[in-house]
Amino acid sequence: MLRAAPFLTLALMLGPVIAGLAGTLLPAAGYVPALGGTSVSLEPVRALLAQPGLATSVLLSLFTGLAATLGAFVIVMLFTAAFEGTRMFRGVKTLLSPLLSVPHAAAAFGLAFLIAPSGWAMRLVSPWANGMTRPPDVLIIGDPHGLAMTFGLMAKEIPFLFLMVLAALPQTKSLAARRVATGLGYAPVAGWLKVVLPRVYPQIRLPVFAVLAYATSVVDVALILGPTTPAPLAVRLVAWMNDPDLSFRFMASAGALLQLAISLGAIGLWIVGERLAIHVGRRWTDGGGRRFADRWVALAAGAGMAALIGALLLGLCVLCLWSLAGPWRFPDALPAHLSFDNWLRHLGAISEAVGVTLSIALPVTALAVVLALACLEGETRKGRALRHRTLPLLYVPLIVPQIAFLFGLQILFLLCGLHDTLLAVALSHLVFVLPYVFLALSDPWRAADPRYGHVATALGAPPDRVFWRVRLPLALRATATAAALGIAVSVAQYLPTLLIGGGRFASVTTEAVALAAGGNRRLIAIYALLQMALPFLAFALAALVPGVAFRARRDLQPST
Amino acid sequence: MTEALPLPADTPAGLRFQDVRIARAGQPLIALDAHIAPGDVLTVMGPSGVGKSTLLAYAAGFLDSVFQASGAVLVDGTDVTRLAAHERHMGLLFQDPLLFPHLSVGGNLAFALPPRLRGRAARKAAIAAALAEVGLAGLEKRDPATLSGGQKARVALMRVLVSAPRALLLDEPFSKLDTALRGQIRDLVFEMARARGLPVLLVTHDAADAQAAAGAIVEIAPA
Amino acid sequence: MHLRLPPFSKTLLSAAALALMAMAPARAETPDVQKWGLVVKEARGQTVYFHAWGGEPRINAFIDWAGETLKQRHDITVEHVKVGDAANVVSRIVAEKAAGKETDGAVDLVWINGENFISLKKAGLLMAPGWATKLPNWPLVDVANKPAVVTDFTEPTEGLESPWGMAKLVFMHDTATLAEPPTTLAALAAHVAENPGRFTYPQPPNFHGSTFLKQVLATTIAEPGKLTRPVDPQTFEADTAPLFAYLDALHPNLWRQGRAFPQNQPAMRQLLADGEVDIAFTFNPSGASAAIASGELPDTVRTFVLEGGTIGNAHFVAIPFNASAKAGALVLANFLISPQAQARKQDPQIWGDPTVLAVARLESDDRARFEALDLGIATLSPEDLGPVIDEPHASWMTELERAWTKRYAAQ
Repeated sequence: MLRAAPFLTLALMLGPVIAGLAGTLLPAAGYVPALGGTSVSLEPVRALLAQPGLATSVLLSLFTGLAATLGAFVIVMLFTAAFEGTRMFRGVKTLLSPLLSVPHAAAAFGLAFLIAPSGWAMRLVSPWANGMTRPPDVLIIGDPHGLAMTFGLMAKEIPFLFLMVLAALPQTKSLAARRVATGLGYAPVAGWLKVVLPRVYPQIRLPVFAVLAYATSVVDVALILGPTTPAPLAVRLVAWMNDPDLSFRFMASAGALLQLAISLGAIGLWIVGERLAIHVGRRWTDGGGRRFADRWVALAAGAGMAALIGALLLGLCVLCLWSLAGPWRFPDALPAHLSFDNWLRHLGAISEAVGVTLSIALPVTALAVVLALACLEGETRKGRALRHRTLPLLYVPLIVPQIAFLFGLQILFLLCGLHDTLLAVALSHLVFVLPYVFLALSDPWRAADPRYGHVATALGAPPDRVFWRVRLPLALRATATAAALGIAVSVAQYLPTLLIGGGRFASVTTEAVALAAGGNRRLIAIYALLQMALPFLAFALAALVPGVAFRARRDLQPST
Repeated sequence: MTEALPLPADTPAGLRFQDVRIARAGQPLIALDAHIAPGDVLTVMGPSGVGKSTLLAYAAGFLDSVFQASGAVLVDGTDVTRLAAHERHMGLLFQDPLLFPHLSVGGNLAFALPPRLRGRAARKAAIAAALAEVGLAGLEKRDPATLSGGQKARVALMRVLVSAPRALLLDEPFSKLDTALRGQIRDLVFEMARARGLPVLLVTHDAADAQAAAGAIVEIAPA
Repeated sequence: MHLRLPPFSKTLLSAAALALMAMAPARAETPDVQKWGLVVKEARGQTVYFHAWGGEPRINAFIDWAGETLKQRHDITVEHVKVGDAANVVSRIVAEKAAGKETDGAVDLVWINGENFISLKKAGLLMAPGWATKLPNWPLVDVANKPAVVTDFTEPTEGLESPWGMAKLVFMHDTATLAEPPTTLAALAAHVAENPGRFTYPQPPNFHGSTFLKQVLATTIAEPGKLTRPVDPQTFEADTAPLFAYLDALHPNLWRQGRAFPQNQPAMRQLLADGEVDIAFTFNPSGASAAIASGELPDTVRTFVLEGGTIGNAHFVAIPFNASAKAGALVLANFLISPQAQARKQDPQIWGDPTVLAVARLESDDRARFEALDLGIATLSPEDLGPVIDEPHASWMTELERAWTKRYAAQ
C-alpha cells in the first residue's frame, strides 16, 4: 500500500490532466478529425492572435495576478513580522480564522455589494453626508485596469497565505528565534525578517506559487469584479470553450496554452524576484542593520490587515443583509424590512445543494488525506524525501487552467461510461483536492523532527505503531488543516462539477454561479453564505479537534 | 526473538563494533572497531561535524542513504545490522529529551514498555516504579511540557530503560543541561546502565563527560 | 429566460456531424407521438432531465411546479438541471455525440432557441422532426398570429422544438425619476445626451445586449429586407454604418462612460432598481410587473415600447437525439403548452411569460384562466405592445457581436 501510494496519487492527480491536455494540445494544433480538423496547422493560433484586445487580456491576467499575490504576500509577512506573539496577532488570528474559509466567489460578491457605487458603503454615507439620492456614476467594479479585481483577489489570498504561515510557524521555532534576535538588539520586524522569514518561506513557497497560478487564471472573481472591455484571458477562454461553434474550441485550446504560459511566466517572474530578494536580503542581513522602519511597517501592515478584515467582515454583513432583505432602495442604509422569507422559500433547494456538495467533498477529501499521508509516511520510512522528483508534478494540476483539460476529460469519462456519475465528479475534484492537501500537509510533515520517530523505533515500536502513535498524532493539526483545505477546495469547484457531472450535481457553487447570471442579490447572498459556511465549518473543526484532543498538552497548542 | 537466543559460551557479551566504516560519497568519514562489555562505557570524542552522530544512526538503524557503511554491529554476539531498526532494541538518548508531546508522562513510559508485560495493573505498577526510581513518583498524568529540564531528562532516561534495551546509545545527552544538573543526570545515567549491565556508547565533545564515563575513549579527528 | 446565442460555424459543425454520423449505430427507438396513450404509458416512472436556464428563481419555481404536477399525474420525475448558458448544453450534446453515445444521454429536454437550436438542427443532434406539431395540445397554439412559434430566427422549426413562451422586447422606466420616457431611438439618444450616465445595455455577446444592437440595426438599416437573408460580408460595413454611428454618439454618455457594461439583463434591471440608470429593457412583456411583485423593482416602474415596433421571438423546448427519457420529455413538452401551464406561466405573480396559445380558441374554462389573470400594473395590454419586428437571420447577430467587440471591448 505504502509503496503503491505515490504512483496511485500521481496517477489520480496527473492522469486526468494529461488525458485532458491531449484534448487541448491537439485542437490547439488544429488536429481533431472528429471535429473537422484533419491537418496540423497554425490556424488556431492565428485566430487567437487575431482576437481583438488579446494583448490587453493577457497583460490584465498577468499583472492582476502578480499584484494580488505580491500584495497579499507582503502584507501577511510584514504583519506576522511586526505582530507575531502579540495580543493583536492573536486577535487577528481569531478574526481571520473564520474568514479563511470564505470562497473566492463569495468574498468577491461581498466586496462588490460593499464597494459598488450603489453598494453598502455608499448607502451608509448617503444622502446625509454627501447629498446623494442616486448612486454616483463612477467606475469601481470592473475598472479597465482590474484594480477592484486585484483587491478582491488580495482580500481572499491574505487569509489563505496567513493560514499557511500559521501552519508553518510552529515548525520554525519562530518565537525563540525572534527572542534571540531581540537579544542581539534587533527590532521586531527586522529580526523576524532576518531570522524567521528564511525558515518560513521555504514552507510556504508552494502555496505561494499555487496562489500565483490561481490568481493569473481566475474566472469567478474576474467575472464578478474584473473588467469586461476586454476581460482577462481566462474569462474569455471559458466563453470560447463553451461556444457551440466548434471552431472556437480550436482557438480556445490555443488560448489555453497561452494561459498556461502566462501562469508559468508569472511564476518565473516571481522566482526572479526571489533571487533578487535573497541577494538583497543576504547583504542586508550581513550588514547587521537592526531596524526595518519598524514603526512604519507595523503601522502599514496593521492598517492593511485592518482594511482587509474590515472589508471582508462588512462584505459578510452585507451578504447577510441581502439574504434577509425585502425591498432595499438606494440610498437607504438598511432594507425596509428583514425576514427569513428568502431563505425559507429556497430551503428545499438549499438543503439539496448542501447534501450534494458534501457527498462529493467528504469522500474526496478523505481519500486525498489518506493518499497524502501514505505517500509521506512511505517517504519517511525510506528515509529520503522524494521531494525533487515529485515537486514539479504537484504543480501540474494547479497551474494548468481547468478549462484547458476538462472538456477532454469529459469525453474520456463518456468513453468509459463514467459520465454523470458521482464517481466521475469525485475523481475530477480529486485532481484539485489532492495537490492542495498534499501541499498543505507535506511541508509541516517533512519539517517535523525525525528524532521522535527514531526514539519511538529505538524503543521497539514497529513502523505502523510509530506512525499511528507518534507521527500521525504529532501531525494531527497539519492533517486536520489539510483536510479542511481539501473540503474548501472541493466546495469551491465549479467547472468540474458542472462539466463532468453533466449538470446533474447541483452543488452550492454551481447553484451560486448559475444564479449569479441572474443578478438576484438576495439569492446570490444566500448561496454565497452557504459557500462560506461549509468550509468554515471544516476549518472550525480543524482548529477545534487537535485543540480538544490535546487540550492538556501545552506543546501542541497553536503557537501564539 | 533475538532475546530468546541463549548466548553461545564463547560469545563475548556486550556491544561490538566490528570493523565499522562509514563513508559519504566515497569519502571515508569514520571508522570504529571496538567492543564494549556490559556495564562499560565507550566514549567517542571529537568536534561537532565529524560524524559521531552518524555512527549512532548506523548502530540504531537510521543511517541516511547518502552514507555507505560496511562492517557490523553485534549485540551479545548477534549481528543486529541486518535487523529492522525497531527490532534492534538500541536505547537512544539525544541532547533533547524528545518526550512525545501528545502523550502524558505515564503515556510516554507506557509507549516504551514492551507489550509482553501484560495487564493494566502490572503495566501501571511498572511505570510507577520507574518514575519512583528517579524521584518522580506520581507524575504519570503530567503534561511533559510542564516538567523542568531535569525532570524531562529523567523521564527520557526511564523511558529508554523500561523498553528493555540491550545497549544504550547516547548522543550528547547532557549538553543541554545546566552544570548543576549535568553531573547529577550523568551519574544517574551511568549508574543505571551499570546496574542493568548495559553496554553504553557515548558520543560527546565534552571532556568532562568522557572523564565521568570512566571508560575507554576513542578520539575522532575531522576527515 | 433568454439563452445566450453565440455564433457557430455551419461548415465545421456539419463536417463534424457527418464524421460522427458515419460511425453512428442505429438510433434509439423514438416514441410514436401519434399513439399518445402509449407515450404516456411509457413515460410512467421515467426521470426527465430538463436542462433549463437557472438564473431566475421565479422560473425555477415554475419548473418545480410543472415537475410536481407531472409526478402526480403521470408519475414522471422532472429534474431541473439549472444551466448558466444553454451553449453549455449544446457543447455537452456535441461531446456525447463525439464519444459515440447514441442512447442514455444526459439531456432529455432542453430550453433553447435561436443559434443553439440551429446548431443542433444542422448537426442532426435533435430527435426526429415533426413531433412538436403532433403533440395533443398543438392545435391550441396560435400559429396564425404568432408565426415565431414555427420560425426560430428565420429558421423553420420543422417540429423539432416545441414553443413554450413568447418574447418581445419592451423597455422599463422608473416614473419616480423619469416621468416621460423617450419612445424613439432618436429621443433615447437625446435623453442620454442630456442625462449622461443614466442608460446602458448588457455587453454583447450577451443575448439582451445583442438584441439591443439588432433593434437599432432594424430601425436604422437602409434596406430592412436584407435582414431576412444571411449577412453579405461585402456590404456589412455599409449596412451597419448607421448603427455604429448611433452607438458612437451614445457611448460617451452611457453609464460608466461606456467603459463597463452590465453582464446580463438581470444585472441591468438591478441597476434600474438601484437608481443607477433610468431605463432598462427586457424580453418579457410582464417582466416589470413580475419584478415588482417579487420586490426586485419598485412599484413606480412602468413598461413602454418604441414607436415602429420592437424585436420579438419565441422560445422552445427540444429533445436531443440520444435523450434517455424521450416519452417523458414529450409528456413534459405537451404539458408545458397546456392551458393550465400556459396560464400559470403568464401570471406575473408566477413568471409573467406571454402565452403561445390562441386564447380565443380555448374552451371557456381554460379561457377563464387567462381572463382572470391580473397582468400587473406595469404590463402593457396586448394592443399597446405594438408591432413585432422579426429576428434577423442568425448570421447577423454573429457579425454584429464581432464588430461590436472589436470596436468597443478591446482597447
